[in-house]
Amino acid sequence: MTIWRRMACAILLLVVGLSAAANWLAPAGYAKQYREEADSGPSRAHWLGTDEIGRDRFARVLYGTRISLLLAPAAALLSTLMAALIGGLAGYLGGAWSRAAMAVTDLFLSLPWLFLLITVRALMPLNVSPVVSVLVTFMILGLLGWTSAARVLCASAGSLRDSDFVTQARASGIRGARLFWIHVLPNLKPVLYAQFWISIPAFILSEANLGILGLGVAEPLPSWGSLLKELEGLISVGEEPWKFVPLVLLVVVVTSFQLVLSKHEELAA
Amino acid sequence: MLGRKTTRQIARQIARHGLTLIATVLLGAFLSAVLVRCAPGFNVDEEELDPHLNSESIQALRQSRLEQRDIFHFYFHSLQRAIHGDLGTSLSLGQPVTTLLKDRLPLTLRLVVIGLLLSWAVALALALSAAWMRAIPYDTVATVISGTFLCIPAAVLALLSVLWNVPGALAIALIVFPRDYRYARNLLAKAYSLPHITMARAKGLSEWRILFWHVVPLAGPQLLAVAGVSVSVAIGAAIPVEALCGLAGVGQLAWQAALARDLPLLMNITILVTLVTLLANSSADVIGSMLRGQEA
Amino acid sequence: MVGTSIEGVIPKAAFFPAGRGISRGLDIAHKGLFVMKNPHKKILPSLALSLLLIGSALAQGQLRFCLRSEPKTFDPLKVEDDSSVAIRYLTGGVLVRMNRQTQALEPELAQSWKVSKDGKQITFKLRSGVSFSDGTPFSAEDVAYTVQQLMDPSLHSPTGDAFRSGPGNVDTKVVSPTQITIAFPAPVAGLDRQFDQVAIMSAHSSKKEMAVLGPFMVADYKPGSTLLLQRNPNYWKTDAQGHKLPYLDSIKLDIQANRDVEMLRFKRGEIDLINSLDSEYFDKLASTSPQVVHDAGASLDSEQMWFNEVAKAPLPGYKKNWFRSAAFRRAISQAINRADLARVVFRGHAQPAIGAVSPANKFWFNAKLKPEVYSSEAALKSLQAEGFRLENGALKDKEGNAVVFSIITNSGNKYRERMATMIQEDLQKIGIHVNVVTLDFPSLIERMTQTFDYEAILLGLTNVGLDPNEQMNVWLSSSENHQWNPQEKTPETAWEAEIDRLMRTQASLADAKKRKEAFDRVQEIAQEQAPFLFLVNRNALSAVSEKVQGAGPVILVPQTYWNIERLSVK
Repeated sequence: MTIWRRMACAILLLVVGLSAAANWLAPAGYAKQYREEADSGPSRAHWLGTDEIGRDRFARVLYGTRISLLLAPAAALLSTLMAALIGGLAGYLGGAWSRAAMAVTDLFLSLPWLFLLITVRALMPLNVSPVVSVLVTFMILGLLGWTSAARVLCASAGSLRDSDFVTQARASGIRGARLFWIHVLPNLKPVLYAQFWISIPAFILSEANLGILGLGVAEPLPSWGSLLKELEGLISVGEEPWKFVPLVLLVVVVTSFQLVLSKHEELAA
Repeated sequence: MLGRKTTRQIARQIARHGLTLIATVLLGAFLSAVLVRCAPGFNVDEEELDPHLNSESIQALRQSRLEQRDIFHFYFHSLQRAIHGDLGTSLSLGQPVTTLLKDRLPLTLRLVVIGLLLSWAVALALALSAAWMRAIPYDTVATVISGTFLCIPAAVLALLSVLWNVPGALAIALIVFPRDYRYARNLLAKAYSLPHITMARAKGLSEWRILFWHVVPLAGPQLLAVAGVSVSVAIGAAIPVEALCGLAGVGQLAWQAALARDLPLLMNITILVTLVTLLANSSADVIGSMLRGQEA
Repeated sequence: MVGTSIEGVIPKAAFFPAGRGISRGLDIAHKGLFVMKNPHKKILPSLALSLLLIGSALAQGQLRFCLRSEPKTFDPLKVEDDSSVAIRYLTGGVLVRMNRQTQALEPELAQSWKVSKDGKQITFKLRSGVSFSDGTPFSAEDVAYTVQQLMDPSLHSPTGDAFRSGPGNVDTKVVSPTQITIAFPAPVAGLDRQFDQVAIMSAHSSKKEMAVLGPFMVADYKPGSTLLLQRNPNYWKTDAQGHKLPYLDSIKLDIQANRDVEMLRFKRGEIDLINSLDSEYFDKLASTSPQVVHDAGASLDSEQMWFNEVAKAPLPGYKKNWFRSAAFRRAISQAINRADLARVVFRGHAQPAIGAVSPANKFWFNAKLKPEVYSSEAALKSLQAEGFRLENGALKDKEGNAVVFSIITNSGNKYRERMATMIQEDLQKIGIHVNVVTLDFPSLIERMTQTFDYEAILLGLTNVGLDPNEQMNVWLSSSENHQWNPQEKTPETAWEAEIDRLMRTQASLADAKKRKEAFDRVQEIAQEQAPFLFLVNRNALSAVSEKVQGAGPVILVPQTYWNIERLSVK
């Protein structure tokens, strides 16, 4: 158990370290176009080859890590907290509160948010810096991504409300916010962890998809999502295996996150 | 005696859910219309860029959208017509919305239902075996597998399903199952770690008995909630899968409608999606509370 | 009028004179049968044999390819979108047809025609004994009916609008069942060529637009998935050997917007051809099966970028000053490395653009235009002459404003996104900071045509026809499609006034030489003033399966199946 966790921590630290050292590891930067060597395979100069307009893929992966690894977990945290508050409280309070909150959640699940995003893009100035654009994007993702977890949390909190130990706690005089904070919320952990873990890759991918609306990272800034999008033009698997490196990296990071999280879960047992 | 009481309670609960459902659908339809109407690009048509068109024709093209500009008028007019069974005509395809939906609904339903069943079969099998085996390596492998599918963009999964000639439902299952798995695994692990279940295990009760007598009532309502939500996820997944695999379903239609800012079509698709989402989630709620009642 | 130059690609059709294709196809059908037959079991009754023969013949006569969007209409007069244009080409019978290979006008339903000297009137002598797909006979009345419907102002047909050169009604006079005269209120330049787009509808058939005169007719349509065209049994044309055309029995069109999926299906043999193939896929296919890909050379299409010159645009005044300055636009144009765009983004399957007209349009292209020479230094120098200066690597204008602007392009078009990113790097060299923004198409159009809230746009112009009149609404300053500054009440600049005058002049002239003189001047002004920065002309790339016989892809739409009636499938 600890070995797995340690390994996971080490991997995460390594990835963070590598991305922090991007300036030294890839001094030419993520935007330099080696136009004579566009779309080439791995070589000494370009370990992971170059993209369609000749940018070094290795540098792009490193710099992309900075953005995705920092912002996706932050957005995931935001959406998990929102889910905990909305879903947990609704379930805990029950009755009309719960019904109203769940109706809103269902509405959130079915509305065409695409158009809200298009409107958000229209409200932002065209010459917005790529960093602001990507921050706004992840914030929107965090603000919209809580819905499915909230529903599950509502069901969980609903079960807890009627459970013996909460009744006991109530009888012993613990009430209101304290009861919710101390007895209800910790028991929602399995759902919260699941939501957090699922949200990270989901947000990384969504960020890239929002590129079609002019949101997300703007050229020439890289992100894991935009690197993964390269896979969409793939017509045969195995021809250019180096294009899968961002995917493998993402899977490794996401798995490591899970292993780090699962420690707490086991402790609860 | 108890039976009758719970039946009445459940009837009341269903009635309440029904009312919420109608109100939510109406609100959803209105909000979706507002979202579409307020987003940029509503008043334009790609065809305007055809250099063959003269001024009058371009103006006529723009005029044709004007009648939907007043969103309140559009909304109430549409409702009025909908009561008489007329859902309006699609702007971009020029066909009645009713026909479009009727033609495409069966395919999407089949896709989503099979996709969901498959995804849940995989998710539950993985999660249950993880909970029963309680072996870290197994759990890690399952996490890597589900993590991989979670990390592959939906469009790539859809493309792979075309590449390997597998049915679109499988692509949907692969998009949906990692989420189901993660929730199911965490909820089941939590349930199995509870003292009375550990005790039951120590007493030597069979795993199936523990599952159905102790775990299901505990984790059931939450798993059902996950199931309800996974319906929305599957519907969302149907859009790229249908669009890429060339399947003429509602997902593909929704995508076309969004690109063309086809208000009548979009509003009706939102109503449909809201209805399905609400039905799925409300039934999960109702059945969940029945399970909880059983446990009590 | 204009000959096609197809570098390196010999038109395959030349190797398969009419009639060869089908007989070859049958030969192979027989061979296939013998292979299938088991020689040890001589129990195949003749009935089964003939059934097999029919079965194999049916399967073999089908051509399959993808439409990239849902056809919006089957009514040939209302056609606007590419998919409907394709269906009109496959099903519609026209009076005259521009041969997509020779670019010459050829008789179809009209045996001959004559345009009056003033360019206002055209008389067609029609073929007799022709009938529509449903059996209704074809006569001059149908032509009159079609033209009247087409010119109905309330129809707002792009095809009809192209004929509308002045106010007034169109007069049709049926002289006899095989002769008709059509008179327009004002001269229409290139009048006869415009009829290439007019599919004749029946005045009497109860099937309306579904009764067609072209080689194929719509047999089955499953919206969102497939469209099946069946050969028109009443099609009038025969080949030199007297075989009835078309050779194909049917065409199956799959509606598939995604190019990657289209390519996959081609590789798997599920479809037989791809029009305007992506350059990556071209190279990938060429490396494994070079015989299926065709690069027909530069097409008529251009990719271009332009600045917002609208006076009322919601932009700061100093930016408007840059964009409205020809010197600024020329300098930017000079700082863009077009050769790199063609070489990297299109992998060499594009030519750096010279001007408003692609060199592929041999007759109308102004050969005297000099291609833009890429030079960051020269660009910077001319900007400095205008009062711009370079400070710490950032270009500032006279008032000290940093030169920063955004280029919008439509999302989903990877070539444009890549071009914009390369331009971003090119301009960084002269201290200009460019933001690349991709927007969904409706948002982009709204900014471009209604709110004018943009700085620069990168888009492409698809040219279907060769005639300068096709671009009339792009150049006239009063037009909606005069993108850099639409709907000017009066021309805002002297050069726009000059272009207006020249475009109107060429449209009113019947003499091709004089028209060309005027249009050559338009191209020169366009280069001097650079309202559009023309970037590249994409090559016409296509892929045709080896099973398809008689194909010779050309640069004009519909590249691969322009000679559809003479294509056959092994």
